[in-house]
Amino acid sequence: MFKTFQILNEEGRVVNEEALPELSNEQLKELMKRMVYTRVLDQRSISLNRQGRLGFYAPTAGQEASQLGSHYALEKDDWILPGYRDVPQLIWHGLPLYKAFLFSRGHYVGNQMPEGVNALAPQIIIGAQIVQATGVGLGLKKRGKKAVAITYTGDGGSSQGDFYEGMNFAGAYKAPVIFVVQNNRFAISTPVEKQTAAKTIAQKSIAVGIPGIQVDGMDVLAVYSAVKEARERAINGEGPTLIETLTYRYGPHTMAGDDPTRYRTSVLDNEWEKKDPLVRFRKYLESKQLWSIDEEENIIEQAKEDIKAAIKKTDEIPKQKVTELIDIMFEQPPNHLKEQREEYVRKESK
Amino acid sequence: MTQMTMIQAITDALRTELKNDPNVLVFGEDVGVNGGVFRATEGLQKEFGEDRVFDTPLAESAIGGLAIGLALEGFRPVPEIQFFGFVYEVMDSINGQMARMRYRSGGRFSAPITVRSPFGGGVKTPELHADNLEGLMAQQPGLKVVIPSTPSDAKGLLIAAIRDNDPVIFLEHMKLYRSFREDVPEGEYTIPIGKADIKRQGENLTIITYGAMVHSSLKAAEELEKEGISVEVIDLRTVSPIDTETIVESVKKTNRAIVVQEAQKQAGVAANVVAEITERAILHLEAPIVRVTAPDTIFPFSQAEDVWLPNYTDIIEKAKYVINF
Repeated sequence: MFKTFQILNEEGRVVNEEALPELSNEQLKELMKRMVYTRVLDQRSISLNRQGRLGFYAPTAGQEASQLGSHYALEKDDWILPGYRDVPQLIWHGLPLYKAFLFSRGHYVGNQMPEGVNALAPQIIIGAQIVQATGVGLGLKKRGKKAVAITYTGDGGSSQGDFYEGMNFAGAYKAPVIFVVQNNRFAISTPVEKQTAAKTIAQKSIAVGIPGIQVDGMDVLAVYSAVKEARERAINGEGPTLIETLTYRYGPHTMAGDDPTRYRTSVLDNEWEKKDPLVRFRKYLESKQLWSIDEEENIIEQAKEDIKAAIKKTDEIPKQKVTELIDIMFEQPPNHLKEQREEYVRKESK
Repeated sequence: MTQMTMIQAITDALRTELKNDPNVLVFGEDVGVNGGVFRATEGLQKEFGEDRVFDTPLAESAIGGLAIGLALEGFRPVPEIQFFGFVYEVMDSINGQMARMRYRSGGRFSAPITVRSPFGGGVKTPELHADNLEGLMAQQPGLKVVIPSTPSDAKGLLIAAIRDNDPVIFLEHMKLYRSFREDVPEGEYTIPIGKADIKRQGENLTIITYGAMVHSSLKAAEELEKEGISVEVIDLRTVSPIDTETIVESVKKTNRAIVVQEAQKQAGVAANVVAEITERAILHLEAPIVRVTAPDTIFPFSQAEDVWLPNYTDIIEKAKYVINF
């Protein structure tokens, strides 16, 4: 009933001609650029984390098609409510790289979205982004805007109450929301089979009466098409969609000591490496003579330079002070915070 | 001036703000066509339409999430949690999320949300309707917690809460909804959040209290007056942040204080009031500050409310203890 939607197979051949999205050659190349760039960002982030130059980091390699294919179907006015692994979507939506690094390190400036970038900082409470996205969607609908809210969670997240509640509210209000579940088969060490007896996550849409689709999350064209269609339906007032992307994270859950060899077999790893979204899209573009090694190397160099510059900028951001943390609590500070602020002004002036 | 019950004053405040600001949205379980389980939103959907005053599915967590999302799109949500005992379902949306919105976004986003919710004992409600859980919310940085005790306070504080650009928890004591009428000014007016009110002037003892206990304290003060003890009754009105200035000023005058709350001793905000007085006015005290509270059990089965809830005789007893210390 919920068959996996696929356009490109592992060899990069089109297996579903009629679903092929209308993308220009430039757009196809742009998608590839973003995926390559993000793969480099992941590799560099892991090594910067190991050097102690980044803090919290949740690896993204393997999920490029799922993260960037879905983001590419959005417009600037759309809202993103990301989970903690969804930093790449924020970057391509307008969050400067150095701020993404500040988020990782734990600095409030990293969470200050630039004006006009409709997105929240990555959500740590799994499921909270789902109910909030529904509120944003209802807000967009009430304002009469032709825009959507998109939110992401993982396979484990689909077990949360907020996951169901958020989708159910969005269905009841016909709110323009796209719920993406990136099913990478593991919630830390717990396989998806231990989250639910449901054969797919996509079928959880039935419980709330909204359309659901399962997509090959290693196929950037399939992910793009599914989100594009969900967005069209949403802005036409037809309500929300649940999209399950079947994907895989090549790295650990986070860089905080997780060791995937404890719970994943190399057989499984190898199986999913063959599905690498970059490999198959590269083959596809090469078959259309749209991609070359030179182009790819240029992107890799560009990414490395950007990352180096961004880390440098991150280092130059002044350290946080308690007075600053007090100042961002309320619009008007209550008396007790005024009092405490004075104390810290004295401490900080020493 | 119009004579109103507290529930009428609340409806009047909601109507005033729905009229004043097109961004104000009122929503929750049965607040629309039904007008709320206590009639707090009576007639509002009819007057302002379903786009402004609407029902939600039965799920507190998502009501909180809805409020946060709507705030991000520039609305001013006034969601209702049907009874505050149900707040556990929405603790993350309130304490984990909306309270942190301004801070976690470095000031980029805010959550101008007012969560209205009834609570309080004395009306024999079933389980988990009446629990006094203000202490949980008072411990969360980023929230303000308001508890009115009179119709005119309720209106002015609710308008102020709705206009506040940060989240406010507005707790409405069920026993006070219709227990008495009072003159309430017509039209709009505000009472500053974080400001206590001296409900009765006195010289020998300060009673610091809030919610239904304001009235029990006033009754106790009347009785004590007959015995020549002059009591000052401070209604906190906002339990977080508390108005330490008004409290300390009063204690410096009376040199004696008790703190009265309906919540259990280990809950509520009384311990915080005692600590503030101790830090700021210990040299003015003639006696220890004593608390009048409920016992540290789960909120009582309804038939046991009378023996469990603190009342004015408990207050008199503790007041005399402090006077004769």
